[in-house]
Amino acid sequence: MFPLGIWPYITGGLIIGIGVSFVYILTGIHSTQSSLFSTTMSYFSKIPYFQRKTYLESREWRLYFAAGVILGAVIYTLTVSPDGWWTTSVQVWRLVIGGLLVGFGTRLSSGCTSGHGISGIASLSTTSLFAVITFILFGIISAQLVTFLGVLP
Amino acid sequence: MNNRNIVLFIGGLTFGFGLAWGGMSKPEVVLSFLQLKDYGLILLMGAATVTTFVAINIVPRFVKEPLLGGEFKPRTRTLNRNTIIGAIIFGLGWGLSGQCPGSALASLGIGNLPVLIGIAAMFVGSYAMGRFFG
Repeated sequence: MFPLGIWPYITGGLIIGIGVSFVYILTGIHSTQSSLFSTTMSYFSKIPYFQRKTYLESREWRLYFAAGVILGAVIYTLTVSPDGWWTTSVQVWRLVIGGLLVGFGTRLSSGCTSGHGISGIASLSTTSLFAVITFILFGIISAQLVTFLGVLP
Repeated sequence: MNNRNIVLFIGGLTFGFGLAWGGMSKPEVVLSFLQLKDYGLILLMGAATVTTFVAINIVPRFVKEPLLGGEFKPRTRTLNRNTIIGAIIFGLGWGLSGQCPGSALASLGIGNLPVLIGIAAMFVGSYAMGRFFG
C-alpha cells in the first residue's frame, strides 16, 4: 500500500497544514489554490464574472501565495531534495487536456484538492466532503482508464 | 508588500515545501495514488486536514480574532449541481494528467518546466468556465 513508506506523506501533510494554519490564525484567510486562476483573470478580463468583489479583494494575496508555493518547492529542491531538478515523463498532450479539465472543473466546483480537500473538510463542510469523494472517485476511474489503454506513466 | 501579503507568501513557501517534501510536486506520485499503487496521497491530505482542523475549530476558542485583523469563519460552500459536475470534470483531468492547481505550482518549483503548459491550460479552462458558464 505504501511502497515509499508513510513518513514522507505524513510529514509533508503536516508541513502543508502548518502553512495553511499559520495564514488562517494570522489573517482568517483560507489559503487555497484554484481560485488563483479566476482572480488573476480579473486583471485581464472585464466581464462581470471575473470583476466580482471577492476576486478583486483576493487577487493580490493569491499571487503572493502562489509565488510562495513555487519558491517553497525551489527551496526544497536546493536543500533537502534527493533528486535535484526534476522533469515529468507524463506526455504534454495529457498535461494540456488534463490542465483544461482541471481549470474548468475546479472553478465550476468552487474548489480543488486544497479548497475542498484540506480547508473545506477541516471546516466540516459536507459540500466539500461530497466534492472530494467525487473527484477522487472520478480521478481513479480516469487514471485506471488511461492505464488500461496502455498509456504510461 | 503589506503584512498580510508577507504572511501569505510565508504560508505559500511552507505549502510548496510540504507538497514537494511529500512527493506531490511529481505528477507520477499523484498518478500512483489514482492508479491505486500507493495510498500516500490520502495520508498527506489527512495530515494536512487534521492540522488545519485544529486551526479552524480549536484555536478560535482561545484566540478571539485573527492576529492581524479580519475574522475567523470556516470555509463553507453551498452544495449544488455545479459542485458535483465540476468535481467530476476536475477528477477526470486529475486522473489523466496527475496535476492539480497547487501541485502544478510546486512542480514548477522542482524544475518541471513542461508543467507550465499544464498551468497555462488551467488558466484557459478557468477562463472558459467563467466566460461561458459563470
